[in-house]
Amino acid sequence: MSNEQSVDKDRRNAVVATSVVGGIGTLCTAWPFVNTFAPSEKAKAAGAPVEVDISAVKEGEMIVAEWRGQPVWILKRSPEMMASLTKSKELLADPESKRNPDWTPDYCKNDFRAREDHKELFVCVGICTHLGCSPSGPFTAGANPALLGEEGFVCPCHGSVFDLAGRVWKAKPAPDNLRIPPYKFVSETKLLVGDDGKGA
Amino acid sequence: MAAGKKEPVVVSGLGALDKPASGLLTWVDARFPVMSNWRAHMTEYYAPKNFNFWYFFGSLAMLVLVIQIVTGIFLVMHYKPDADKAFQSVEYIMREVPWGWLIRYMHSTGASMFFIVVYLHMFRGLLYGSYRKPRELVWVFGVMIFLCLMGEAFFGYLLPWGQMSYWGAQVIVNLFGAIPVIGPDLSIWIRGDYVVSDATLNRFFSFHVIAIPLVLLGLVAAHILALHEVGSNNPDGVDINEHKDAKGIPLDGIPFHPYYTIGHDLFAAVVFLIVFSIIVFFAPEMGGYFLESNNFIAADSLKTPPHIAPVWYFTPYYSILRAMVWNFFWIDAKVWGVAGMGASTLIFFFLPWLDRSPVKSIRYRPSLHKYIYAVFVVCFFILGYLGTLPPSPTGQIVSQICMVLYFGFFLGMPWWSRMGQFKPVPDRVTM
Amino acid sequence: MKKLLLTLLLAFAAGHAPAALAEDEIKLDHVLADQSTNVQALQHGAQIFVNYCLNCHGAASMRYNRLHDIGLTDEQIKASLLFSGDKVGDLMTIALTKKDGKAWFGAAPPDLSVIARSKSSELGSGPDWLYTYLRSFYRDDSRPTGWNNTVFPNVGMPHVLYELQGTQRAVYKEEKDEHEGKTVRKFEGFELEKPGTLTKLQYDETVSDLVGYLVWMGEPEAAHRKQLGVLVLIFLSLLLLPCAWWLHHVYWKDVH
Repeated sequence: MSNEQSVDKDRRNAVVATSVVGGIGTLCTAWPFVNTFAPSEKAKAAGAPVEVDISAVKEGEMIVAEWRGQPVWILKRSPEMMASLTKSKELLADPESKRNPDWTPDYCKNDFRAREDHKELFVCVGICTHLGCSPSGPFTAGANPALLGEEGFVCPCHGSVFDLAGRVWKAKPAPDNLRIPPYKFVSETKLLVGDDGKGA
Repeated sequence: MAAGKKEPVVVSGLGALDKPASGLLTWVDARFPVMSNWRAHMTEYYAPKNFNFWYFFGSLAMLVLVIQIVTGIFLVMHYKPDADKAFQSVEYIMREVPWGWLIRYMHSTGASMFFIVVYLHMFRGLLYGSYRKPRELVWVFGVMIFLCLMGEAFFGYLLPWGQMSYWGAQVIVNLFGAIPVIGPDLSIWIRGDYVVSDATLNRFFSFHVIAIPLVLLGLVAAHILALHEVGSNNPDGVDINEHKDAKGIPLDGIPFHPYYTIGHDLFAAVVFLIVFSIIVFFAPEMGGYFLESNNFIAADSLKTPPHIAPVWYFTPYYSILRAMVWNFFWIDAKVWGVAGMGASTLIFFFLPWLDRSPVKSIRYRPSLHKYIYAVFVVCFFILGYLGTLPPSPTGQIVSQICMVLYFGFFLGMPWWSRMGQFKPVPDRVTM
Repeated sequence: MKKLLLTLLLAFAAGHAPAALAEDEIKLDHVLADQSTNVQALQHGAQIFVNYCLNCHGAASMRYNRLHDIGLTDEQIKASLLFSGDKVGDLMTIALTKKDGKAWFGAAPPDLSVIARSKSSELGSGPDWLYTYLRSFYRDDSRPTGWNNTVFPNVGMPHVLYELQGTQRAVYKEEKDEHEGKTVRKFEGFELEKPGTLTKLQYDETVSDLVGYLVWMGEPEAAHRKQLGVLVLIFLSLLLLPCAWWLHHVYWKDVH
C-alpha cells in the first residue's frame, strides 16, 4: 500500500520519540492504578504480628491462632510425637524443606521444624500448600485411614497428608511442606507470631 | 492530496510493522470490519484543515471521559455505598489504599474539568453555528450527553456522603416535589425514604456507576456517528464538500488521522494534562470550588450547614431557580423556579431551529451578534457566580435581570439572528 | 471582550464580599506559622492532640502508625501516645459513643480526622478558624459548661486547654448603630483573669503546633502529593510537550 513513497524520516523520528516518552508516561501512570490492589493500611494493620498466650496449652494439644486472617496452628508435641518425627523419612516428599526454603525460617531448619529452645512447640500456617484449604487434624494413629496408622494432618479437599512437623508425604497433590510463619518467644508463655525480630 | 500520506506509513512509522500484522489483519478483516471502520472514521474521514483551538475540546472531552471511567472503576473497588460507611470509606481511599488519594483527586478534578471542557465545546458550537443544518442531530445528541453528564455529576456528588452531598441531594430531589399533584409522592419515591437516606445512596450509586455511564457511552457513539455522517463544521462555517478533487476528496479536507489525532489533538491533550496535574497535585480543592469544605463533614440529617450551594457547574441554573419569586397564574413561585431551571437546560435542544442567521460562523456575522453573545456569556458567568453565594436582595435582582437576558438570548434568536449587516462568506476555508 | 468580562466579574466579587462579612462580625486571626510540614512542631502538636483532644474527639480515619510520617517510631508512639491495650496499627477511635457525647455536651463531639479541611469558609481558611477558635474561649456563667466562645457562640465544648492559657473574659462595648439607631454589642477583646502555665506567646505557639498537626492529619499525603506533582509537571512540560509539538510540526508542514 505504502510503497509509492519512502517513509518520511522526520515523521518517523517524531513518532518514535513521542511513543517512547508517552510509553514511559503511560507506564508511570499505570503504576499507581496497579498498586491500589496491594494490601491497604487497614489490611496491614489487621495483619500485624499477634501475641498468643500458650500457658494453657497442654502436651499433645493444639490451639489455632489467627494471623493475617489465616489459621496458625500451635501444637505442643509430646515426647512420643517428637520421637515419631525422627524415626523414618521414607514417606516424606521433602524432609529438609529444600523445595521452598523461604517457608521454613532458618531457626526451624531441623527435624522438628521448630525453634531449638522450644523444640516441642510446632507453629505453622494451617493452609495446605496445594490449593489453600485448611487441613484437619492432628489425628492420632489409626484415626484417619489416609495416614496409614501414623499421626498427622489430612487435607479434606484433595487428600494431602502432612506429619506432625507439617512435612508433606510423597505422591500427594501438595508440593510443599506447611509454611512456618516468623515467630518468637516474648516470654516462656507468650508467643509472637508474624515477627521474629528480623523484620520479617 | 492525501494519496501520498497513506495510513500504514504513518500509523506505525516503521514499515516492518505492516508485514506480520497484515496476515492477521486480513483474517480478522474478512470477518469484522476493522479496516473499513478505521478508514471511515480515521484515515479517510476528512476534516476541514482550518480548525482552531476551539476544536480541541471535543477530543479533550473524550480524554476526560476515559479518565473518569478508569479512575471510577478503581474507586468503586474501595468505596462503600452504605450510609454508615460511605464518608469513612472515602477517607479510607484517601489514606489507606495505596495511591487512593491520587485516583480520588483525579476523579473529583475530572468531574469539574469535564464541565469546563464541555461548556467550551458547546460554546464553540454556538460561535461557529455547528448545530445548523445538517448537523441538528449532532447537537441534539450532544445536549443529551450534557444532560446525562449533569445527572452523572449529581448522583456522584451524593456518594462522599458529606454535608454538601446530603443537602444538595435533598434540595434537588425536593425540586420534584414542586410538580403539581404527584410531586410530594414522587420525591419520596425517588428517595425511597422520607429523607435522603441509605436507600437513596444505594440507588444513586447504581445510577452513577452503571446506569448513566451506559447511556452516556451510547450517546457519545451516536454523537460521533452523526458527526461523521455529515462531516465537521469549521470556523468559517463553509461546506468543504463543495470543492472536491478528482478522487472525491475535499480540497480543504485533511485525514483526521494522523493530522488531527497525533498532529494536533495530542498537543492539546498534553496541555490539558498539565493544567489537570496542576490542579490534582497542587490545588485539588480548587479553593472550595471543586471540593467544598462542608463536604468534609459527614452527612447529618438533623443539621443543615449555614450556607449550601451546588458545585459550580450547576450554579447558573440554580440561580435561575432562586430568581423565580413570583406567583404567576395562581401557580407557586416554587413551581416556576423548577420550571425555569429545567427550561434553562432544555432550551439548548432548540438552538438549531431558533437560529435563523443566514451565515453559520460568527466571523461573518454583524457586530451586533458579537455583543449579544458577549452579554449572554457575561449573564451566564454572573448567574454562575451568584449561585455560589448565599441569597441576598441585590443578588436576587441581578440574577433576575440575567435570567431574563439568558432566556431572551434564546427566545429572541429567531429575530435578532437575522438582524444586521452580514459579511460575505468565502467560497473556501481560510487558514 | 474578555477584559470587559473579567472586570465585570471582579467588580461584582468586590461588591459582594464585604456584605457577607458584615453579618458575622467575626475576624479570624492568622495562624502564627504554617507548621504542617515542620516535624518538630507536628510532634508537639500530636502530643497535645492525644493528651487533650483524643478523649472526647476521635480521629477515626487516622492510624497511630501513620505518625511514622512525622518522625515518630513505634516505640515512641507506644511509650507516650498510646492508651494501654491499643496497638500502633489501631485507628484513633475513642470509647465515647455518639449518644453519650450528645447527652453530655449537647452535640456529639465531631471526629477530627479532616476537621482542618472542613472549616474553611468566607471568613478565612480552616487553620485560621481553628487557631482563632482555640484561643477564643472565655468564662460565661450562663453556659452549662461555664465556657463560651466568640468564634463558635454557645459552643458545647468546655475550654480544655484552660490550664495552659488561663481563663479570660470577653469585653464588649455597647454602641449605637449609626444607620438604624439600635444599640449593638461590639466585641472589644479579651481580658486575662487568671494566667495559665504558659505565656500568651507560648500558648499561641502551642495552638499553632496543634493546628499544624490537625492540618497534617487532614491529609497526611499532602507533602508527597506536591513532591510528585513537581516530577509530573517536569515530565509533561519538558518531555511530552516538546514531543507533541514536534509531531504537530512534522505532520502539518505540508498543510497549506
